Amino acid sequence: MSKSPKLVCKNVWKLYGDNPKEFLQSHNNNPDKKTIESAGYIQAIRNASLEVYENEILVIMGLSGSGKSTLVRCMSRLVDPTIGEIFFENIDMGKLTKKELIEIRRHKMGMVFQHFALFPHRTVIENIAFPLEVQGINKKEREKSALEIIELVGLQGRENYFPKELSGGQQQRVGIGRSLAVKPELWFLDEPFSALDPLIRKEMQNEFLKIQNSLKKTIIFITHDFDEAIKLADRIIIMNEGRIVQIGSPEDLIMKPADDYVKEFTEDLPRERLLSVKSIMDNKKETNNSVKVYEDEKIFSILEKVLSEGSVSVIDKSNNVVGSLSKETVSKFINN
Amino acid sequence: MQKKKISNKIIFISLTIVTFLLYWYGKEIANYFDSKWLVKYPKHYSFPFAIYTTSFVKWLINEANFWLFTFNDLTRFFAWIIEQPYNVVLAIFSKGILKGQGQDAIQIMEPLSWISVVGIFFTLALYTRDKFLIILVVLSIVYLAVFDQWQSSMITLSSIIIAVPIGVVLGILLGILSYKSKILEKIITPILDLMQTVPVFAYLVPILVMFGFGPVSALIATIIYAMPPMVRTTLLALNNIDPQLKESGLMSGCTERQLMWKVLIPVSKPTLLIGVNQVIMLSLNMVIIASMIGAGGLGYDVLASLRRLDIGGGIESGIAIVVIAIALDRLSQSFANLPTLSKKTQQTFYNKYKKIILLILYIIGIYILGTFFTFFKLFPKELMINTSLFWEELVKYININYFDNLESFKITLLTFFMLPIKKFFLGIPWPWFIFIITIIGWYFGKLKLASLCLLMSIFIVTTGLWEKAMITLYLCGSSVIIASIIGIPLGVWAGLNDRANKILTAFIDTLQTLPSFVYLIPVVMLFRVGDFTAMIAVILYALAPAVRYTAHGVRNINNQIVEAALISGCSQRQLLFKIKLPLALPEILLGINQTIMLALSMLVITALVGTRDLGQEVYIGLTKADIGRGLVAGLCVAFISIIADRIIKAGSNKLKNKYGIK
Ligand SMILES: Nc1ncnc2c1ncn2[C@@H]1O[C@H](COP(=O)(O)OP(=O)(O)O)[C@@H](O)[C@H]1O
Ligand SMILES: [Mg+2]
Repeated sequence: MSKSPKLVCKNVWKLYGDNPKEFLQSHNNNPDKKTIESAGYIQAIRNASLEVYENEILVIMGLSGSGKSTLVRCMSRLVDPTIGEIFFENIDMGKLTKKELIEIRRHKMGMVFQHFALFPHRTVIENIAFPLEVQGINKKEREKSALEIIELVGLQGRENYFPKELSGGQQQRVGIGRSLAVKPELWFLDEPFSALDPLIRKEMQNEFLKIQNSLKKTIIFITHDFDEAIKLADRIIIMNEGRIVQIGSPEDLIMKPADDYVKEFTEDLPRERLLSVKSIMDNKKETNNSVKVYEDEKIFSILEKVLSEGSVSVIDKSNNVVGSLSKETVSKFINN
Repeated sequence: MQKKKISNKIIFISLTIVTFLLYWYGKEIANYFDSKWLVKYPKHYSFPFAIYTTSFVKWLINEANFWLFTFNDLTRFFAWIIEQPYNVVLAIFSKGILKGQGQDAIQIMEPLSWISVVGIFFTLALYTRDKFLIILVVLSIVYLAVFDQWQSSMITLSSIIIAVPIGVVLGILLGILSYKSKILEKIITPILDLMQTVPVFAYLVPILVMFGFGPVSALIATIIYAMPPMVRTTLLALNNIDPQLKESGLMSGCTERQLMWKVLIPVSKPTLLIGVNQVIMLSLNMVIIASMIGAGGLGYDVLASLRRLDIGGGIESGIAIVVIAIALDRLSQSFANLPTLSKKTQQTFYNKYKKIILLILYIIGIYILGTFFTFFKLFPKELMINTSLFWEELVKYININYFDNLESFKITLLTFFMLPIKKFFLGIPWPWFIFIITIIGWYFGKLKLASLCLLMSIFIVTTGLWEKAMITLYLCGSSVIIASIIGIPLGVWAGLNDRANKILTAFIDTLQTLPSFVYLIPVVMLFRVGDFTAMIAVILYALAPAVRYTAHGVRNINNQIVEAALISGCSQRQLLFKIKLPLALPEILLGINQTIMLALSMLVITALVGTRDLGQEVYIGLTKADIGRGLVAGLCVAFISIIADRIIKAGSNKLKNKYGIK
């Protein structure tokens, strides 16, 4: 993963109410929550700063109402932040004209919505081709591109159906297809699978990963489901009441939760399935164990080996020993 | 809390007692204090609104000048724009293409023959794929030919064909503009409120003065009358669009214009079509009224028959209007409910436009046949059926055989129901009445509503029309009471019983498609003129919403609540009276509110049967072409309905908030 930021948010605030900007400025741009609420404002985003790296899947997590949707809408400028800056490929989004913004959306951004937001008066293919249509691309060409995408999202044979003739899962495939039509670089997904049944959701998650493997987009994915976050994320952002509480890899969140809120989120998870050996091993490089395990393996998969051997060596991809893991460490971790 | 409730009750009771005391002894008290102004607002204190309005409009017409053009130029320009398409449509359906002027004109092209018009409507109905509807529509058009209403019908149809699209397009544009600009929305909403509450008659006069007597004036009046719901529907549809849909349009890279025309408007289409249906129905409602300023066609026939007391002729033309109304209503409703089906195969040009191509060929064929056989051109006179004699005989029969029954029914209701109410409203001194209205406004809506009530009633009193306003209230009140007594139980029945619901809905839908004027015809024949006749017509016209809202309220109660009540051991009767009715009350109130609105609008029309209320004042304004007089009385009616509307809506909301239902 190359670590150049694709998108940067700097001290973004979003308040709802009358003249929120004046209000913020009159409070040194840093009023506390109580002051905000007693003045009759709604605090949707509070001082959020973050970077999104090229080709990563960044998952934003938090309870309903914690400001996830507002944050991504600030990033796409569907909502204007009250104060703060957002840079997309080093361009200040706040300074774009309407026209420039439309150009960026036409070529570099795509978004999938929780309730699909399909155009009910358009067929599947017309929905997917819509972003191309508004660019003025002729019918033949845009339908050709749309057909490719229909294949990608697995909707062959349903090109001429109307949305209401499709199941929820199929509808969201159309939503995904439409957002991919312009071959965006930055792909927003706002709880795309929350409205689906659990089984369908799982299937869609797998398919989503498959698509990402072949397309390699920079993805910002919202969910309130921690299992989903763990399954998909490279990094996770946890939000609470408009604030970003923690940014880190899934393992970071479990091993080093920033506060009780994060801890509560992670408590009931099957940790041995989520954490890799690396995160609990001793850094003592013991080479005398006959059994060796890779540092990236999940703990549950080496559980048997450790328990029967008493202690194992941990090696990295190039077979260098980087640490060791003992029965005691593992059982302490599991009983914890 | 408890204390407050009790004191509210005490205030309520004592106010009621004082009201009745004043009603009984008001005159004596006023005489005793030698202050007659308490009972009767002194004439020399009234403010001559009417005269000022008249001179303002006269100034507009004769002198107003907007630098480049005068007001007069402006009105002529509008008239011209409407006149052009109207003449084309009229030529197609009614007059044919003429060469030359007046009597010497030669027809160089025939208008569409009746068979062709049947073909057009048949094709339209085909799109709905509804067999029953196709038959209904075709029979309706054939009816017009068979019963000798063709000429007038086509004139009426032409004006509908022009008024509806203009009303729809203007309505959508205004709706879009006010969706985009919050300021415009704030300006336009009260204007719409006013336009829907000011009786039509009131603005017929200024239109008449500005545009002259004739079809164009009638069209303009129709458009003004029929357009407001389209603006509202558009605004409502746009405001209710799922914000995610809007966002998905924006993220697809839409410009603002693309967002509007490719996403928002098409997505709103189902709702907009409901608006179109309303525009059609209101336009038809205007058919008769607009003929007072020159519409011609069926409306003129009805009006002329009524004036001649030619009962048979009036009924014939009235039925023709009803037939057109029902056909157009069902047709436009079906279009609104048309399901979108996937086009699973590619369509060729011919396939796509097959129906239209065939229709054009059909019309040409009929035209050619028509030059050889007159049957294809004109429906043969020998086959026409004249029903006017039948109707006349029927009415005569009823009047001869049932006169006593009808008369005693009328007199009973008049003496024991209507007169007391009339005395009550006329008896209360006006200052006390205004005080009470203001208190009620305060109770339901605090300062805002109280001041609205106060200012509007003061306006009414200062125009010097207080007494007529009270007569309006009495007529409206008695009609609404009876309409509620009939309508609410019917609504409850429909709410509880599916079969009843189906039948009543069909019946009420039909009642509502009838132009308001039509109700007058049979009632006048049975009861002749007077307050009673007016009341019966108003009840018939205003009954529908009381039934409909009640049924809706009773039907839409959360099923879990009903189940909880049943588990608690409610009998069906208890379920109705302890659970369903109280929960449906907010909705029932809204129904009564609608009934009041309809009653007030109908009351103005009943001025034609000789009521002495504000409606009469408006009507006099119309017949004497006195702009100010009509408008001021019209405003009074509007204010009454606005006060009633705001108070009842506030009450309904208060209840809803209390129960936590939305
Ligand atoms: N248009 C708006 N007007 C007022 N408040 C809003 C608006 N949009 C969002 N909010 C408020 O901002 C907060 C964050 O909302 P949102 O970003 O939708 O949260 P999430 O997506 O995490 O559920 C909520 O309290 C919500 O009520
Ligand atoms: Mg959300």
